[in-house]
Amino acid sequence: MNSKLKNHWWKALAVVLVFYSIIYGFLGPVPHLPILHETIRNLYFHVTMWFGLMILLIVNLVYGIRYLATSKMKDDVYAEESARTAMYFGVAGLLTGMIWANYTWGAPWVNDPQLNGAAATMLAYAAYFILRNAITDEHKRARLAAVYSIFAFVMMIVFIQVLPKLTDTLHPGRGGNPGFNTYDLDSDLRKIFYPAIIGWTLLGCWIMNLRIRLRKFNTQNN
Amino acid sequence: MIKKVVSLVKKELLLEIKQQSGFSGVLIYALSSIYICYLVFRQSVEPQVWNALLWVIILFAATNAIARSFLSESKGKQLFYYSLLDPRTVIISKSIYNFIILSIITSIILIVFITLLGNPVADFNSFLAGLILGVSAISTILTLVSALASKAENNSALMAILGFPLIIPVLLTVIKYSRNAIDGLDSAVNQPYMIILIALNLLIFALSFLLFPYLWRD
Repeated sequence: MNSKLKNHWWKALAVVLVFYSIIYGFLGPVPHLPILHETIRNLYFHVTMWFGLMILLIVNLVYGIRYLATSKMKDDVYAEESARTAMYFGVAGLLTGMIWANYTWGAPWVNDPQLNGAAATMLAYAAYFILRNAITDEHKRARLAAVYSIFAFVMMIVFIQVLPKLTDTLHPGRGGNPGFNTYDLDSDLRKIFYPAIIGWTLLGCWIMNLRIRLRKFNTQNN
Repeated sequence: MIKKVVSLVKKELLLEIKQQSGFSGVLIYALSSIYICYLVFRQSVEPQVWNALLWVIILFAATNAIARSFLSESKGKQLFYYSLLDPRTVIISKSIYNFIILSIITSIILIVFITLLGNPVADFNSFLAGLILGVSAISTILTLVSALASKAENNSALMAILGFPLIIPVLLTVIKYSRNAIDGLDSAVNQPYMIILIALNLLIFALSFLLFPYLWRD
């Protein structure tokens, strides 16, 4: 019992934090702002998705580099599953963002550097899976996929961190726009936002963990 | 190492001059797409559209030209290189060779493009500088991607799928830069884009230099 608690506490924490962010996200106090109004609550869902995606892609990068250094298949499984979970987060982030944009900017998709970056990231990691499916030899697949994912990660960082600073964007906190921290004077948003990030990221780790165990099971049975 | 790189580039160029089929194929491909643009738009091209069309044609011509750079080599030949050369020499020479080829193709494209569709460029010198930087970044990315695609033993479709998402940041920056050059804006406006383009070139080159050795061994 004790060892179970030791190993699984973070899953419970993920569930608690996600439910906390959903319930208090809809009920808790938020700053009242023009245009945004109540849609500011989407901060707890949309932005956390991108945080989760970034963390999982960093995991993917680390395991990609580890695979190139050690050539252990385990690292490749971790890299693949972290990228797959990141894709789920990316799709959810795009959808929540489109809903938000529809109500605040008037259209689900606008020509914004941040959106272009998100689209290119999703394309690059979709290509990562296509590359993986195209190769039958598993060690070769792991090596090529690791090389591609490292390249893709660096280009993504350039795209979403460097390029938006140069041009005007509609997103807060960039291109002269005030960030959300300026609205959040009494830290109401932070109290839910930070736990939400931790909760969703832990949930992502759980999904990844389950998929890795499933794959282990499948390889052992074959 | 420099000597080896030079002799490899020379060998590639000699092979190209002797065979010619690949090069002229890409050239015809580019020329026919320019002609289609001409037929569709006639002389009435807005500067912005002119810029976008030029870069799209360069991108597709580049994908076609560079797709062959590793696919055309037989397994035996690659094994021969493998026993003889450091992988870094191979990627540097391939990148340089592809840059040379793509520059030739791009200059022909540019000349034909200007003849058929007019020349709206106000600041031609900085436009050319952007063209060179953009072409070198695109050719270096595509060289690594073509190595990936050839190792995956897949067709050139894989090359486009893998390459385009990686090229988008470069392409967006260079299109913005050249739009400013076309409008003849002061070079101070364009300076941050110039710096980003140079930095991207260095970054891409460093990445393919570091990553290619892992692709190389089979």
